[in-house]
Amino acid sequence: MALLTFEDVALGYNTAKVVEHLSFQVNEGDYLCIVGENGSGKSTLMKTCLGLIPPVSGSIVYGAKLKTTEIGYLPQQTAIQKDFPASCREIVLSGCLSRCGLHPFYRKAEKEMADENMKRMGITHLSHRCFSELSGGQQQRVLLARALCAARKILLLDEPAAGLDPKATAEMYTLIRQLHHSGITIIMITHDIPAAVRDATHILHIGSQPVFWGTKEIYQQGVFASSLSCVNQGGLP
Amino acid sequence: MMNLLDTLIMYFQYPFVRRALVVGVLTALCASLLGVTLVLKRFSFIGDGLSHVAFGVMCIAAILHLSNDMLLILPVTIACAVILLHGGCRLKLKGDAALAVLSVSALAVGYLLMNVFSASANVSGDVCTTLFGSTSILTLTKSQVWLSIFLSVLVLFVYIVFYNKIFAVTFDETFAQATGLRVKTYNLLIAVVIAVIIVLAMKLVGSLLISALIIFPALSAMRLFKNYRAVIIFSACLSVLCAALGIVVAVVSGTPVGSTIVAVDLAAFLGACMIGGLKHA
Repeated sequence: MALLTFEDVALGYNTAKVVEHLSFQVNEGDYLCIVGENGSGKSTLMKTCLGLIPPVSGSIVYGAKLKTTEIGYLPQQTAIQKDFPASCREIVLSGCLSRCGLHPFYRKAEKEMADENMKRMGITHLSHRCFSELSGGQQQRVLLARALCAARKILLLDEPAAGLDPKATAEMYTLIRQLHHSGITIIMITHDIPAAVRDATHILHIGSQPVFWGTKEIYQQGVFASSLSCVNQGGLP
Repeated sequence: MMNLLDTLIMYFQYPFVRRALVVGVLTALCASLLGVTLVLKRFSFIGDGLSHVAFGVMCIAAILHLSNDMLLILPVTIACAVILLHGGCRLKLKGDAALAVLSVSALAVGYLLMNVFSASANVSGDVCTTLFGSTSILTLTKSQVWLSIFLSVLVLFVYIVFYNKIFAVTFDETFAQATGLRVKTYNLLIAVVIAVIIVLAMKLVGSLLISALIIFPALSAMRLFKNYRAVIIFSACLSVLCAALGIVVAVVSGTPVGSTIVAVDLAAFLGACMIGGLKHA
């Protein structure tokens, strides 16, 4: 069943188009990786999926059971968060806000949900620690737990491994793989083509025309993969 | 010691001292709550800018001989706060530049108008009073006290009800928006509340020293505590304590109220820095 369908969509701010003629579909249980060069419009695409920016043209259809407020989102970290005095639990709880509706405070159900998602991410022991004092990998886990509180079916991840060391990166991808196996649909932006090809079921390559969208098997045979992987292999031996 | 206590008791028999204490403590409480949000959102200086706007409007109100100048000052300051915090991204002037422009022009135009049209014989005295608050908190009328109490309670109520939402909007605006929170509405709310607090606080410390009331308690609390709720609670307690102490010291020793409060706040901040440093070492 399609959760999200893009039909000939053009993305951008106001009327300036960043990406044009974008058509793809995300089905329940998919793991879609969005790849492309810097400035190719990956983050714009994600913001459009979230309903933060309206598309310039074309149509976006959300699946019958999906509301934009039910999408979990892992944004890139901001400068403000670097010295923000907040405990991990407070941050994870803030993912439950959309469930509170008009109720001003968190109820028992939200608190249990936050605790459960922290357990799922293996950060229960950090719950009272200050967010800004954690390592990069731990911080990403906290933000992922927060995203899970907001998500019912689908998670959007914006470069979840940005700035992490190799070990933390591997752990992050393992966590995401586990979430995918537990039935959550994943849309992820990444620069890491090998990781994308290893875990994803579908690839969306934007930035060059025509835009590629398809399964990873077709992608690996195509010219798109070689255009980027030659950069990866062309570096130092 | 007995002597000091006697003096205090004597002073507290005057209604104007009690009024000053009530208004001072409530204003300091509200300012410290929003201060945490402002410091974290990197808007520490907005208090300064908005208070200069309020000063400019106050001068205009004085020239027009308005009996209740709050009615003019409050809406104009709120409008400026909204423009700065809410519409800031759409203006050509960005963040701190817009703030600086607004702040100095309001200050200059206010002083200019005051000089050209003033009916008072002591212009520089009037200006000094509005800039440093000097004695105006000790000359509060009953209706001004009630208005301050009403506005403070309103600010407190709004803050407590929207506590979790304000946290979410401060920590991560994009995520909050993505999960369906009306971020713009809450930013607007924050802007309005800040304007109200600044207009309240002008009576207390004058328009030059308001920033101190907003940022010092928040910064002190952030030195010592590492979770949001503790920071909020501690900064509120500290601010109330400093304001009360400052007013008492000012009344007993005859120093200007506003700057005494700020001096106490500064001392508390330096103390917090030292304790915070020791904790880390």
